[in-house]
Amino acid sequence: MRFSFATLLRQAFTGNAWPEQWRSPEPKSAYDVVIVGAGGHGLATAYYLASEHGVRNVAVLEKGWLGGGNTGRNTTIIRSNYLQDASAALYEHALKLWEGLAQTLNYNVMYSPRGVLMLAHTEHDVRVFRRHVHANRLAGIDNEWLTPEQSRQFCPPLNVSRDLRYPVLGAALQRRGGVARHDAVAWGYARAASTLGVDIVQNCEVTAIRRDANGAVTGVQTTRGPIAARKIAVVAAGHTSVVLAMAGLRLPLESYPLQALVSEPVKPVLPCVVMSNTIHAYISQSDKGELVIGAGTDAYLSYSQTGGLHIVTHALEAICELFPTFRRLRMLRNWGGIVDVTPDRSPIIGLTPVPGLFVNCGWGTGGFKATPGSGHAFAATVGRGEPHPIVAPFALDRFRTGRLIDEAAAAAVAH
Amino acid sequence: MLLIRCPFCGARPENEFSPGGEAHIARPPDPSAVDDAAWTDFLYMRTNPKGAHAERWRHTHGCGRFFNCLRDTVSDKIVATYPVGQQRPDAE
Repeated sequence: MRFSFATLLRQAFTGNAWPEQWRSPEPKSAYDVVIVGAGGHGLATAYYLASEHGVRNVAVLEKGWLGGGNTGRNTTIIRSNYLQDASAALYEHALKLWEGLAQTLNYNVMYSPRGVLMLAHTEHDVRVFRRHVHANRLAGIDNEWLTPEQSRQFCPPLNVSRDLRYPVLGAALQRRGGVARHDAVAWGYARAASTLGVDIVQNCEVTAIRRDANGAVTGVQTTRGPIAARKIAVVAAGHTSVVLAMAGLRLPLESYPLQALVSEPVKPVLPCVVMSNTIHAYISQSDKGELVIGAGTDAYLSYSQTGGLHIVTHALEAICELFPTFRRLRMLRNWGGIVDVTPDRSPIIGLTPVPGLFVNCGWGTGGFKATPGSGHAFAATVGRGEPHPIVAPFALDRFRTGRLIDEAAAAAVAH
Repeated sequence: MLLIRCPFCGARPENEFSPGGEAHIARPPDPSAVDDAAWTDFLYMRTNPKGAHAERWRHTHGCGRFFNCLRDTVSDKIVATYPVGQQRPDAE
């Protein structure tokens, strides 16, 4: 069913139940491509494989439920003002797709370009962010420098007093940045992919990767039986190391819990997204009215999907310092997701040493913003069997050649 | 917050310590003799296991010494801490 004002009206008056948004078929015994992981990136990959590369015999396998990992746990921030040319191109590719995504998918993903304000608190921050602004403007990406007073005008509740322990010395603002509804992104891609013939199989965990005598992949073993495929695309976020270990691969990844929390819902108080890498906090307000707050990662490797309370305490102290009016808000929920972090804080996208095995991982603390661009370019890579030009610099091979894409400054905490 | 038993000082809260990444990764003894692939493996490749993980910690705000720790990465439960140079406890 195509969503429109007419279908909305008809459903309202006839009282019919809305149909299921995607099919839940039993897995077939063979597919052309098997995608491991039904998060935003995996579903987007399936959608673009079907819509742009004519590969419709595709299964997306998910060990839990659709969009239940980091897609449903992140703080939904979208921006593209990265320092290095390769990253700026990748994230800008995604941002351009965000702008038309609701129309493309016929699903309201609630993309809201309300502006992302990144605060500078030290002289070092100021220099780094100004360098980002200049690099972005040379690459044709909007990013501008605001003084503390301009920052306060753009975001009135922000405390720009000189009395702060780390006063706001200025901010970088990307006006096209903002937020989107994370669940709607997963649901929209799932619905669009399913309509094109992609099978989405939930509660189906991959337990082994099968290979032939030459080492090429022939399929996967799952908790719902064996599935044959000549191409396997692993998009498993924090569990990528676990899945690729089944093919004997070691990766430059470490998995950490990253936490977020939401407050009780209040009337609109915060007009934009505010991020502070230096004092470890980022915040925006959801359409429901909750303040969505992101904290840092734990210091040690873990798959626990929780995190230390001292980490969120630290983030809340920073939020209360920046926004004294939020001090009396109560927090409703707190959760963790497992993020896969690379040494240079840039993702790994492309081929692996195993023939037929592709990987899209290492998004660390900030993969949500890249969902459409990542899926689009990765689908081209899987479909053609060679790297799409935008993701070519992000190959696994860069750790051997030394061509790292260092985004540690962009992604130290808040990505 | 973890409660970590430093082999030299006893049990202390996690925020006295700094993590040092995966343990038992030896630097190649003759660096010029190894190829790029071996260097990549030493510098970047990590086991990142879901389960038992041997890792280094440093008691930064205490004795300042490095030691190793065997921890389950699903439950975060610490199985053992032991001085650098000793074999991984579950490998015996």
